[in-house]
Order: sequence, then structure tokens, then C-alpha cells
Amino acid sequence: MSATSTTSARTVLELRNVTKEYEGNRVLKGVSLSVKAGEIHALVGENGAGKSTLMNILFGMPVIQETGGYGGDVILDGAPVRFTAPVQAMDAGMGMVHQEFMLLPGFRVAENIKLNREPTHRSFLSPIFGRRLDTIDEKTIRSDARRALDRVGMDVDEWLPVAGLPVGHMQFIEIAREVDKSNLKLLIFDEPTAVLTESEAERLLEAMRVFASSGVGILFITHRLDEVKAVADRMTVLRDGEVVESPDPATTSVVHMAELMVGRPASGAARRAMEGAGGDVVLSVEHLHVAMPGEPVEDVSFTVRRGEILGIGGLAGQGKLGIANGIMGLHTASGSVVLEGEPFALNDARAALVRGAAFVSEDRRGVGLLVEENIELNIALSALEAQGMFLKPFPVPALRPLDGRAMRSHADAMIRRLDIRTTGPRQEVRRLSGGNQQKVCIARAMTLKPRLLFVNEPTRGIDVGAKERVLEILASLNRDEGVTLVVTSSELAELRAFCDRILIIYKGRVAAALAPDASDADFGLAMAGGAHAS
Amino acid sequence: MRSSRYAVPLLFLALCLFGIWAAKITPAFLLGEMLVRLGRNSILVLSLLIPILAGLGLNFGIVIGAMAGQVAAILAVHWGFSGIGGFAFAMLLATPVGIVFGWLTGSLFNRAKGREMVTGLIAGFFANGIYQLFFLFAIGTIIPFDNPGMVLPQGFGLRNTVDLTPIQYAVDDLIRFRWNMEGTSLRVPIASYVVVGFFCWLTLFFFRTRMGQQFRAMGQDPHVAEIAGIPVERNRLLATILSTVLAAWGQLFFLQNIGTLNTYNSHEQVGMFAIAALLVSGATVSKATVGQAILGTLLFHTLFVVSPLAGKALAGDAQTGEYFRVFVAYAVITMALVLHAWQAVRRARAA
Repeated sequence: MSATSTTSARTVLELRNVTKEYEGNRVLKGVSLSVKAGEIHALVGENGAGKSTLMNILFGMPVIQETGGYGGDVILDGAPVRFTAPVQAMDAGMGMVHQEFMLLPGFRVAENIKLNREPTHRSFLSPIFGRRLDTIDEKTIRSDARRALDRVGMDVDEWLPVAGLPVGHMQFIEIAREVDKSNLKLLIFDEPTAVLTESEAERLLEAMRVFASSGVGILFITHRLDEVKAVADRMTVLRDGEVVESPDPATTSVVHMAELMVGRPASGAARRAMEGAGGDVVLSVEHLHVAMPGEPVEDVSFTVRRGEILGIGGLAGQGKLGIANGIMGLHTASGSVVLEGEPFALNDARAALVRGAAFVSEDRRGVGLLVEENIELNIALSALEAQGMFLKPFPVPALRPLDGRAMRSHADAMIRRLDIRTTGPRQEVRRLSGGNQQKVCIARAMTLKPRLLFVNEPTRGIDVGAKERVLEILASLNRDEGVTLVVTSSELAELRAFCDRILIIYKGRVAAALAPDASDADFGLAMAGGAHAS
Repeated sequence: MRSSRYAVPLLFLALCLFGIWAAKITPAFLLGEMLVRLGRNSILVLSLLIPILAGLGLNFGIVIGAMAGQVAAILAVHWGFSGIGGFAFAMLLATPVGIVFGWLTGSLFNRAKGREMVTGLIAGFFANGIYQLFFLFAIGTIIPFDNPGMVLPQGFGLRNTVDLTPIQYAVDDLIRFRWNMEGTSLRVPIASYVVVGFFCWLTLFFFRTRMGQQFRAMGQDPHVAEIAGIPVERNRLLATILSTVLAAWGQLFFLQNIGTLNTYNSHEQVGMFAIAALLVSGATVSKATVGQAILGTLLFHTLFVVSPLAGKALAGDAQTGEYFRVFVAYAVITMALVLHAWQAVRRARAA
């Protein structure tokens, strides 16, 4: 789309058949793409499509080495490379503008731009201890930084501390830092506009065009499809670790891009009719705000009907996870929530449990489980605390002794019912696989005999077989025991196969409420914050 | 935030002034004490600055550095060195010992990221045990050590106190200067001030080097520093080594002024007192300056001198003031740690 013609330009980056496995789980299945000097190449895909794994490989992040390396070739500027540390990638001429800011708030703008690349003067200690004891050359730092900031069109004072600057400025400082690197060949933008306002995003895209025209290759990771349309010369759509298609952004409609990105839903979508939707309202949420770091909820209202399975979807960081965490009192929340016709106190995790709501957290090891404890106690704990189950009678409530036998038989029953693969109820939870840990979490929630169950990321980090089993368990809870479910998941296909209704959250608000059989385009657009079609 | 920055030093100043007034302390006495104590304690306090810069917090592990200094002092005197030459030899000897101790402590800190302070504190206690085992048992048994003046009558183990007269005032009186004030002759350790000044300057210089900038970046956010290609782990090790060696030298300066070594106790309070002195100036777990180190030393030691006397004047018992002093020292440390934890929580909330 942009003016630069790239037909004859040299190739800056080439990926050939790159593969990556995490513990037998193939997350990249032979990805090939190339970026030429002076072009903007957009890489789009849902969360979990493999974008960040690809970036980690390119940048030599230690996590790749620690999990067994990767297959295929990365060719940077004609030479095959295999980075094992970010420094090597940087030295080779690769730059990255991170999604979350890699800036030091207490440092000045210029100091951040020149971080660890400071121009120096030799000092009296340098001959003995080396260049690391050179003194910092502030004047050159300032002038270099000024030049870099001018190139990205920022007129901010380079000597101000970064703390307190508007968020939009920070993104440009990151870019200025990359631009200042003299050997820059390839610049990666990882969802750079996610935190920007529209006018800031517009300026950023303009800056990207300017760099590209100076001969730098740009890999632009995003899920804002209109931006792809606006600046990208070429694009690659990634889904489930595979390149789906590399359409020409100039001639492909945004709707078609969205369809490519989301893909066909798994078979059995819309399997459930809206039969449960006739029930009375179990939960009604109005103007919910949740201050969950990384997943803030800005203003969300919705109702849940009895017997229904409500899905909540959306991209990472948009706030979908914050909703259940806020209602269940794990993060500071405000707004009005009514459960079974009675107002529901927020910011009180205990009250939520007592009232018959239960929660399976996305953070299994942090919030969900006491990993050092055994299965028995993990299953019993919430009910024990909130409802006084598994306690022997004693006049003073606080001193009631544990009823070990009741806990044991309950745990045994749960292990059988949920098919938890374990050596026995006394096994430590941390020794279980992810899927079995998730089953323990669900068993604990079931022990509370909830009428309403929130489940965040039911299948995150567990293998395929266990995924099926976990979803089956949840479905049977809903079908056989009439538990109303609110399931939040990053896996849209899962929600579409499983839920009666799906809310898509974007920027902390409900972007759309869709039926599971709504079109791919509707889902794609809603997740990218576009206008909803229905 | 600005007002609270000065609240702690002002409170201490008020306490000191009240004590001076209550105990009717003469300027000559107080000045004499402060002149000596400033030269004696400043370097130990300065040794805390670099780990704070690098984000390791207050280095309670300087106790281990102090032990290195003491080992060097004991050996220097045992081998018959004396005067400024003997002191220089002790410093030279303390350096490799300090580097080894610092390397060990730093390796430990790298395995206990985020818990350096409590790790340093406990490592100090642990090192104390080894130190005692070494000097109480190994000397004269496993390690031949023929010096009846220093060894216990039983033939092994060092005596409770080691006489360091050979190196006493080696630096303090290198440039001999006495100041007569109101009939008292005050010792002014000019050479020690020159050394303290030199270390202040060196620390300031270090802050302005490329490595200083790396340390500062790590102190703010180790993750961002890592991404920028800064070798965070190696720098943390370096920061601990620098601090430990400086503490070893600091302890030597302390001992050459005192002139006797309490073999088994001298190092014990080094960490607490240096840290309390630094915090009194309004420094925090994450930010401290050279100026604060000097100001803190002055304020803390004024209170140190004044409170037993004030206790005696007010309650008829020096011990009361002593209690108060200890109470204040620990209270200051506790307050700083609580403030630090509180700010960390607030930062996490804001993020």
C-alpha cells in the first residue's frame, strides 16, 4: 500500500520452515516468510497462533533454548543465524519495539534511548579495568537522543524522566531507541498500537512508513486489521502455528482477513440450541470495573440466565479475565452485581463463596492450588473455609478439628468421578500434570456445590486429551446438576463449541454479544475492536 | 513525597538537639567525638551505596566484609607489621579475602533474587559461626599459630581481644593535628578525612561510569536491563564484591582508630549500625546518595554519643539512654523496610 516499491530490494529476513515444540505440543508447524529491505510485512493471528513464539525465536530469548530449541532456519541479511541471547540479535541488527514497554521510568528519555549503548569518555580507570569504567558522555547522549527523537517526530524534551510521560510518548521513545541503533536492519513491532489512541496510532504508522523508506525491513505484528490495510506491503496470516495464507493487503478486504485469522470453528459449533436461555436471571452485572493488572475491565454489563453457559472471549489484555476475578473478589472491583435477586458484595472473596458462587482461576499454580499440599486438602479447602464442611463438631467454631475421614472419602469420590490420574489422595498437587491439576481445581469448586461457576481458561496449558475431558466435566455439571457456567477462554473455537452465548471483550468493554454460530468475520471484527455487524 | 524525605533526618536532628540540651553536653566534647567517629565509620556506610544502586537493597552482608578486614588485621599484627606500612599491608591482605567473601555472598544473592536483604542478614549469622569456629578452634590446632600474646592459655583459639596497638592511629595520625578547644585537645584525623573524601569521590565517579549506569538500570528494572543486553547476574556479583571489599577496608579504618579488636564481637553490629546510620539520613532501600551517607553517619553517631548521657541526666541511669539508642537504631531500620514493602505494594497496584 505504501509508496515504497520492494520488488528488487534485498531480503533482510527469511524464515524457512521454522518449527517449535513445547513438551510435545507443536506450536509452530513449519513457518516460512520473508521481509525485504524497505517493506512493511504484517504478521497477523489470534492469541496462541504462534506469533510470540516466533518472536522469541527471532530474538534469541532464553526460553526457546530452555525448552529444546527450534527447527528450521532463520536467515538474517543473507547469513544463517541462530541466536541464543537477545544481545546477539541486537548486535546482528535486529530491533524490537515491545508490546509492554521496556523503559526505565526513573531514567531520562535520552538515557533510556542510549541504555547500555552510552557514548563514553575514557577515564583514568579505563586502562586498568576496561571500557566499562569509562565515564558517561552526557552531551553526546543528549544529542544522539535528540536526533533519534526528531526522526520519529517527537518533540519531547530528551532530558525529562520517562515516569509521568503519557503512554503514547513511551511507545515513540522505544522506537527512537531502536532507530538510534546504527546497524539496524530489521525492526519488529509487537502490537505497537495496542495502547495508543487513534491519533497516536496514526502518527506511529506514519513513522513506520518513514523508516521503511529509509531501507529498514519492518515486521509488524498486530491484530488491528485496518492498520494492516493502511501500511502493510505484504502480510502473513498465522493460525495454529501454520501460515494460512499470505494475501495481498491491498486487494484483500478487512472482513476476509478476519475470516482467515479466526478460521473455521471446531465441529459441533452451535450444537446447543438456545434452550436454556428461557431461564430466569441468575446473575446480573452492571457497570463492572475491575482493576486487574494487565486485564482491566472498564465498564461491563451483562446478565446470565439459569442453566446457561456464557462464554467470554477476546484477545489477551483486553479485560476478559478481569471479569470473573473482579466478581469473585480477587481484584479490586466496583459496579453493581446482583446474584439470585440479591445484591452481591464485591471485594469480598469469602462472601462470594458463601453465596454459592465458585471460581476456577486461570492462575492454577498461583491462586487456584496449594501446590505443596496434597489432593485431599486442595479439594476440601474452599468448602472447609467458606461452609465449614469436613469439620468435626466442637463448641468453639474456630477450634473444630478436621474430619480426615470425610475429606478422604470425598477426595476418593472426586478422583473417580473426574478421572484424576494420581497415585492417591495424599499425593502432592505439584506432581500432577496440568490437566489433572485443573481437575483438582474443578473438584474443589464442585465441592462448594455452587449454583454459579466461573471458569477462567479451562484448558490453558493442558494437553489435548485432558482438554476434552475437562470440557466434558464442565458440560456435565451444567447438564446434570444445573450449574450455570461463565467460561472465559482465549480459545475462541473452544467457546464456540461449548457456549450458548459469547461476549467478546475489547478494551475492557463488551464489543459484541454473539451466538456461537455467528460468522467468523463477526468474531474477527469484534475481537479487533471493529464495529459489530449484528 | 518531598516532605517525608526530610522527615526522618529532621526527627533525628530534633532528638539529638534535645539530648544535647538535656545532658548539657559541651560543644568541645561533642565535636571531639564527632571528629573521630566521622573518620572511623564513614567508609563502612559508604560501602552500602553500590548494592543499593544495583537494586540489591541494604547489604546486610557487609558483616562478612568486616570479618575479612578483621582477618587481615589479626594476621598483619601477628606477623609483626606496624604503623602505616602495617596498615597498608592489612588493606592489601583484606582485598583478596574480601573478593572471595564477596564472590561467595554475591553468588548466594544471585540464587535468592528479591530476598537479598534477609539472605544477607542470615548469611552474616552463618559466616559468624564459621568465623568463630575458625578463630576459636582451628587457630593453634589445625593451623599452627605461635603467638602466646594472642592465643588463649589453653594453646588454641584466639583471645577475646586482640591488641592492635601496632597499627593504632596509623592513618588518623599520619598527619598529626590537634585542635585546642576550650582547654581540651581534640584529635583531628586529617589523613582519614582525605581517605574518606577519596572514597566519596570514587563512589561518585563510579556512579557516572558506564558500569554505574548499568547498575542504576538494573536497580530500576532488571528485566529491562537484561533485554538491553546488560549482564545483570555478573553485575550483581560485582556490586556485592565491591561492597564487601569496601566494608573490609572500612572495618580496618574502624579498628585502627579503636586500637583493640573484640575478636568475636567487633563485626557483629557493623551491618546494623551502618545501615541505621544510612537510613537516618532519609536514604531508602532503593535510593541513597554519598551526601546521605555522610549526613547519616553524623546524625546517628551524635545520637550514639548523646543518648547514654541524656539517659543519665534524665533518668539517672545511662542504661536508659542506651536502651533508647538501640530502640531507635532498630526502629529506623524497621521503618525503612516497612516503607519499602509498602511502596512496593503500591507500585504493584498502580501497575
